[in-house]
Amino acid sequence: MAKQQVPVQEGLFTWPSDNPQLIARREKKTGRVYFPAIHNYVADEDSEEVLLSTRGKLYTWTIQGFLPKNPPYKGPETVETFKPYGVGYIELPGEVIVETRLTTADPKELKIGMEMEMTIIPFREDEKGNEVVTFAFKPVKG
Amino acid sequence: MTDVCIIGIGIHKFGRTDSMSGRQQGAFAVREALKDCGLEWPDIQFAFGGSAAGGNADSLVNELGLTGIQFVNVSNGCATGGSALLSAYSAIKAGQYDVGVAVGFDKHPRGAFNADPKSSGLETWYGETGLMLTTQFFGMKIQKYLHDHDLSPEVLGLVAQKAFRNGKLNPNAWRREEVALDTIMNSEMLSDPLTKYMFCSPAEGGVALILASEKAARRYTNRPVFLRAVSMRTRHYGSFEVFSPYLALQRAPAPTVFASKAAYEMAGVGPEDMDVIQIQDTESGAEIMHMAENGFCKDGEQEKLLREGATEITGRMPMNTDGGCIANGEPIGASGLRQVYEVVLQLRGEAGARQVQNNPKTGYTHVYGAPGLSACTVLQN
Repeated sequence: MAKQQVPVQEGLFTWPSDNPQLIARREKKTGRVYFPAIHNYVADEDSEEVLLSTRGKLYTWTIQGFLPKNPPYKGPETVETFKPYGVGYIELPGEVIVETRLTTADPKELKIGMEMEMTIIPFREDEKGNEVVTFAFKPVKG
Repeated sequence: MTDVCIIGIGIHKFGRTDSMSGRQQGAFAVREALKDCGLEWPDIQFAFGGSAAGGNADSLVNELGLTGIQFVNVSNGCATGGSALLSAYSAIKAGQYDVGVAVGFDKHPRGAFNADPKSSGLETWYGETGLMLTTQFFGMKIQKYLHDHDLSPEVLGLVAQKAFRNGKLNPNAWRREEVALDTIMNSEMLSDPLTKYMFCSPAEGGVALILASEKAARRYTNRPVFLRAVSMRTRHYGSFEVFSPYLALQRAPAPTVFASKAAYEMAGVGPEDMDVIQIQDTESGAEIMHMAENGFCKDGEQEKLLREGATEITGRMPMNTDGGCIANGEPIGASGLRQVYEVVLQLRGEAGARQVQNNPKTGYTHVYGAPGLSACTVLQN
């Protein structure tokens, strides 16, 4: 039986879904978009939930070159098995710029301004044997 | 209103001191500062102090003496020292007290900081999935900056090389050996484009400054350094700061831009008047960006300035003359005060092998911290 996939955080992106989207809040008065859709940025009554575009442009990037400390990191790697991973900000036109993991950790594949597309990636296994998934962005090919 | 002077300065060597707690290093720095101006602890009327990981600053009274003074703890991330100084300045400016202390100290475990998402108002997934690292933010911000202003990554190496070169001349620094540019550029890539040698490391140390009204200062010293301005500002909507799951589409100027403008206005001087400068260099990229944000150059001019040696001790804008955070390490509570310590030393002409020549008259400090705040000072002798 396939492992059940659970999102790293409820309400972060639409899930389960064939076309997952990040969930944000738009402030009615200013039009400002906040991600994630948590309470601290703007009050519920002054804002509405919006689903973000799944395509955008790479605003900036880096490669995480060492294993982050746990806590807060909960990735399954050890110092021995750790492989660098890409992190970036994606500019979603007319909406907001979001921070995300990238599917590639090869600097040669990354260029500021390039087209990127959202995807869902497996992240770790939880205590119940579920596969915890999170969002990431990948370069749009071709 | 009275002018505010710095009359005594004290430091505990930065780096690693296994035999002493952070608090002990803070108390050591206070005793050194008292000695520096010939005062004793009972002469001190008030204190502001801070430490991120070294314990409560107000508990230093246990080491220094139970004299009943007002002692307020300050906590503003990397700008903790700057905020302690600002608070002490205001107390004297307001006429509330004549003589007080600003103290900062810390002692951090080895390795990158591990931040708690909740204490920054963030959800756990942000830390859990490996996005909550200050190092990443520094990498991404300078990546964008190099791209937008057409600077080569080597400029980052030049900043680090200068830091180690200056650290070698500073007996209180942690890193006291020069590092070749090649070694810096080819060391482990921690967060592209920043390599291992371009980052400061969490560390230990303590600094204390004794402040006095001008009248009181004249009683104790014939070489006061005037604190002409202290300013602190937090971020506006749209600035690009650490621990941001989202950014606004349009960039706003960084908090440093506002804090530095306020400091120049208070002091009635400009960036061109500074004879010695300390700006936050948590990593090489920060020094590059802060050069422009503090008004010392335009965006994109940094590479030319570094290559011509303008920011060397012998240059026309000597910058991070004590080796900065890169050579001293980062004890969060102490860093902002270390910068002021260095400028006071330089203005007094007591900086030894790293002394800026031609009797510097005016100096500047700038510290930057999470979650997007900045504190600046202008000092004159």
